[in-house]
Amino acid sequence: MNETTNQEKKTFWEKLLSIDRRIIFLFIAVAVSLPLFFKTSLDMPVSPVVQEVYNAIEKLQAGSKVLVSFDYDPGSMPELQPMAESFFRHCFRKDLKVIIMGLWPQGPLQANIALEQVFKDEDIKAKNLQYGIDYVNLGFTAGNEVVIDRMGHDFRESYPADSRGTPLSEIPLMRGVRNYDNIDLILNLSAGYPGTMEWVQYAVDVFHVKLAAGNTAVQAPSMYPYIQTGQLAGVLGGMKGGAEYEIALKRPARAVSYMFSQAIAHGVICLFIIIGNIAFFSLRKKKTS
Amino acid sequence: MRREVPLVLTAIVGITMIIAHFIPPLNILKNLFEDWFFIIAAFAIYLGILNLILVNGDKIYKKQKGWLFGAVVILGFLVITIIGIFFSGGRSFQDPGTRFYYLYMNIYYPLSATMFALLAFFVASASYRAFRARNVEATMLLGAAFILMLGRVPIGEWISAWLPEGYRLGDAADWIMDFPMTAGQKAIMIGIALGVVSSALRVILGLERAYSAGE
Amino acid sequence: MSGEVIGVWIGAILTLGIFSFLYKDNPFYKFSEALFVGISAGYWFVVTFWQYFVPKFWDNLALAYSELLTKGRLDYHWIYLLGGFFGVLMLLRLVPKIGWLSRWSLAFIVGTTAGLQFTRYLESNGIKQVVGTIKPLLVSGNMNATIGNIIIVVGTFCGLIYFFFSKEHKGVFGGAARVGVWFLMITFGALFGYTVMSRMSLLIGRMDYLFGIWLGLY
Repeated sequence: MNETTNQEKKTFWEKLLSIDRRIIFLFIAVAVSLPLFFKTSLDMPVSPVVQEVYNAIEKLQAGSKVLVSFDYDPGSMPELQPMAESFFRHCFRKDLKVIIMGLWPQGPLQANIALEQVFKDEDIKAKNLQYGIDYVNLGFTAGNEVVIDRMGHDFRESYPADSRGTPLSEIPLMRGVRNYDNIDLILNLSAGYPGTMEWVQYAVDVFHVKLAAGNTAVQAPSMYPYIQTGQLAGVLGGMKGGAEYEIALKRPARAVSYMFSQAIAHGVICLFIIIGNIAFFSLRKKKTS
Repeated sequence: MRREVPLVLTAIVGITMIIAHFIPPLNILKNLFEDWFFIIAAFAIYLGILNLILVNGDKIYKKQKGWLFGAVVILGFLVITIIGIFFSGGRSFQDPGTRFYYLYMNIYYPLSATMFALLAFFVASASYRAFRARNVEATMLLGAAFILMLGRVPIGEWISAWLPEGYRLGDAADWIMDFPMTAGQKAIMIGIALGVVSSALRVILGLERAYSAGE
Repeated sequence: MSGEVIGVWIGAILTLGIFSFLYKDNPFYKFSEALFVGISAGYWFVVTFWQYFVPKFWDNLALAYSELLTKGRLDYHWIYLLGGFFGVLMLLRLVPKIGWLSRWSLAFIVGTTAGLQFTRYLESNGIKQVVGTIKPLLVSGNMNATIGNIIIVVGTFCGLIYFFFSKEHKGVFGGAARVGVWFLMITFGALFGYTVMSRMSLLIGRMDYLFGIWLGLY
């Protein structure tokens, strides 16, 4: 009787380990898709590194100038676009002056998409923000870290005009802005190279300007050494970081609504790992005995 | 000539870039070299693209297996290139409303994003089949991954809500990121920095010649 | 049917084409993949042309030429011809007999990159990180900070010892290297967790596009 049971158990674990991977794919697809139909808003604590980003903006006085660099493409939109919208909301709520630029060709386009979304908010609409006075989009300039380096001497070396072709000298917001000495905070949204590391290397360490960042989850862990040394004020890591920032702002939006899917997907993967290990150890025990 | 010129060129350019950091008047030369760098980088991209066209063209010409897909590659390339260079308003080719922007948002972006999204499925499958706690090190890796995966999503809060505040999965995840993970990352970062510095010196001084080696 | 609706349908069909690979390799996937390769190559060709080639090469030469025509003098912007010359040398890689000339362009690229990264990596990723590791191992009145500092110092030091392969990992040195491995394993575990998070986020974005934007189910 025991031998028969052992035979069945062995067959079950072996079957489980050799399961068709398409079944795993199906589980993942369902785990990710189903929660999207339930538009839930989950509460979550704000981690210290995200709180530092919030504090860096919160500390600024009205009229302070913030440079926001959009260094990502639409492929990273799910993670970084909610952060972009939250950055704009926070800056405009605090009546900060926003200078937008991009080191990736598609970056400034992502900024325009974020602005379009943010301008739908009633409290932001009521401020009647003017292009050239409250915010400006300098666009994209090719050159990667060279652009960052040259802006440290003079913005006009990299950006003689904004994205609409207007010379910087004719833009009210840019009068009195020569280089990083006139910038109170840099916010960087980064999905790779060039990105936050280059901003730390060429702007923070050379020109001593304050920097906070939003990164994709793949890149975020690499930024922790910079936070530990004080080279980076804080970082929003992936969709979770974006969601925490929305919570800190008391304005839950897209990132928070996606977290339910994220939670279920992570749970499913952890379950798979547990099952795989149980099966593996059960079979190993059988073989040794 | 074949060996000497590249080595001398590398040395001159590399040394100029380094000492310009300490002698500001040399920035004029540094800026010039940087601009040339981007011109050459553009041609390097064209080289890769040209090679792609030649390989697929050869496939079509010889009617090799899958030559139809080679035709799709070349057709896709020609469509977006012609539209981007000639029919999208010149330098404002990427502005919303242009034909290039339309192709980018409705063809390039969905394909690119989906290619990356595929990885989600494979990471799940690979985790199930290969992620085993075989020894102490693998168990540590697995443990850290578990705490991070659960601690960074609301599930971690739900599972560990019975624990006192400050000792829950989310707090454990934050602690791991702030201390042991940061320590490991710092070691990797310093190691890479030393590697980059020594490689840069070797290249500038001509001790590293792999890039100027034979065909 | 508006252009926007057609665009969403094209995007959705291509998305499903790529996803079809999850079932098995098929001509629909191969078509989508080939299209992606071609469109990517074209995209970078156009971006490089308008964002690099035209502003950095063409515009500078145009400026030099206009100076010659209007003021009859040789402007220093003509020096950008040399940059273009190196660029053309790069393309010669495709010609077997004179392909060796592309090494000159490669040498320029390698030299610029080496020089640029030398100072930045040394300062930002090397010296500043070492300075940040020099922390007090005892912070009186603050046990959390004490433990945290010890972990940072020990972890970084042992991790660096692990990467030192010029000495055999034996004895005390080997023990420290082993501790370094443990810290690195925790790091890689954290990286894995974050990578999973990132990939899932991208998949959530795609599913949202299919169900929310294309099918409009919510």
